Amino acid sequence: MGRVGRLPGGGLAKGLAVTLRTMTRRSITRQYPEVQPDLPPRSRGVIALFEENCTVCMLCARECPDWCIYIDSHKETLPAEGGGRARTRNVLDRFAIDFALCMYCGICIEVCPFDALFWSPEFEYAEYDIAELTHEKERLREWMWTVPPPQAHDPAAEPPKEVGTAEKAAARASRRPPGAARKPPEGAPKPPEDAPKPPEAGT
Amino acid sequence: MVEVVVKLALVAAAFAVLPLLVGQAEHKVMAHMQGRLGPMYAGGFHGWAQLVADGVKFAQKEDVVPRAADRWVFKLAPGVALVPYLLVLIVVPVGPDGQVALDLGLGLFFALAVMGVGVIGAIMAGWASANKYSLLGGMRVAAQLMSYELPMVFAASSVAMAAGTLSLPGIVGEWRWWWLPWQAIGAVVFFVAGLAELRRPPFDMPVADSEIIFGPYTEYGGLRFALFILAEYAGIVVLCALTTVLFLGGWKGPFLDAELGWLWTLLKVAVLAFLVIWLRVSYPRMREDQLQKLAWAYLVPLSLGQLALTGVLKVAFG
Repeated sequence: MGRVGRLPGGGLAKGLAVTLRTMTRRSITRQYPEVQPDLPPRSRGVIALFEENCTVCMLCARECPDWCIYIDSHKETLPAEGGGRARTRNVLDRFAIDFALCMYCGICIEVCPFDALFWSPEFEYAEYDIAELTHEKERLREWMWTVPPPQAHDPAAEPPKEVGTAEKAAARASRRPPGAARKPPEGAPKPPEDAPKPPEAGT
Repeated sequence: MVEVVVKLALVAAAFAVLPLLVGQAEHKVMAHMQGRLGPMYAGGFHGWAQLVADGVKFAQKEDVVPRAADRWVFKLAPGVALVPYLLVLIVVPVGPDGQVALDLGLGLFFALAVMGVGVIGAIMAGWASANKYSLLGGMRVAAQLMSYELPMVFAASSVAMAAGTLSLPGIVGEWRWWWLPWQAIGAVVFFVAGLAELRRPPFDMPVADSEIIFGPYTEYGGLRFALFILAEYAGIVVLCALTTVLFLGGWKGPFLDAELGWLWTLLKVAVLAFLVIWLRVSYPRMREDQLQKLAWAYLVPLSLGQLALTGVLKVAFG
């Protein structure tokens, strides 16, 4: 090829060769509406809410850089059980994400301590009216069905920290005499460092 | 009488269908050469009906004539651009033994003369549009016609000299395989000059859309514009057919010349049409001065050399 380019008219031949070679190869066009794109793992399409896990701690709403999460709630008092005092708990009234404002940074998902928010790869929720882009909690709950299971670790990857510490604790427990075996299983999973990434616990 | 009518109907059908086939092939071949797919929707199967859809769209558009335009010339120009190519097809033989609509003794002369008229359409359009870009384009068309008609006629006359006749079926009848190397230079010159006369890329300086909008066609829309585009593709068909007949032996193939002659002709035309598209995809547009230089500094001397070569060999061995 290099020699061809130096002959008179070689450049012309080279140009023809390039186009002909491209013609024989598969074209790279994606026929999107007919054929769904194969998205990479952990694609950020839409944010799903696992409502049952939400405690209305408001961390997501406060960390959101563009304030696109709306949360309303009220307190409910549970009647006292067995002589204690009455307990209160938060009940979620409204949870909405305005995807017209959302910049898909994923901070809300990172920050949620109770695994109530997840990334879903679904991306086809364009609307004609911008107001429709505010997804209320029912719609956010529906997205939950589209959340894929977490991606498997690479074959040679380090095991997740939770698994590692649990295994270590189990090994330590089996070496101990049966009488003392009660203590470590309770204490072991919690103290190690700072429980790194809870979102993976959804498995 | 019936025979003539049938032949003319066949020519008209070829004139209607072949340019569309070339156009569709251009869509698809160009797309794949650029790693794309091209039209995929119209008609369902790989966008086969794209040009039909385009035609319907063009027919729906408003027929606009600029206020300052020279109305009659403006309206006439698309017809002047298109009809000559239809006339040329009448004298192009597709097979042996009278498989030609009109066996004209002066066929070659007629074909070249009428093909030149086609270019007048673009010049008329450029002049009548009352638009400076159109005028610039029209002038470039005229300049291109001036420079490329000469080598084209020289190359064609070299074949006529070799065959000793101006009749197109006669030329194919005289053709032998060793004409391929003998007339090779003439063939290349003829084909390249023909491309330039059709203003196909890389010789599309007159219509260079990135600099002078669309040259002579700037002010046209709707059906008149479609006629110009149709004329371009009809021109490709005619040029490929003429090159086939003059330089590639027309209906002569490796076997079954008499029975499959028309198929050989069509096959050669198709290969040449592919070459036209391939050249368009591969090469960038030539600058106006480069364009003129190619004609005067290379093609004219080359065609004269071919003429001399033909003459010398004809005298020496004929």
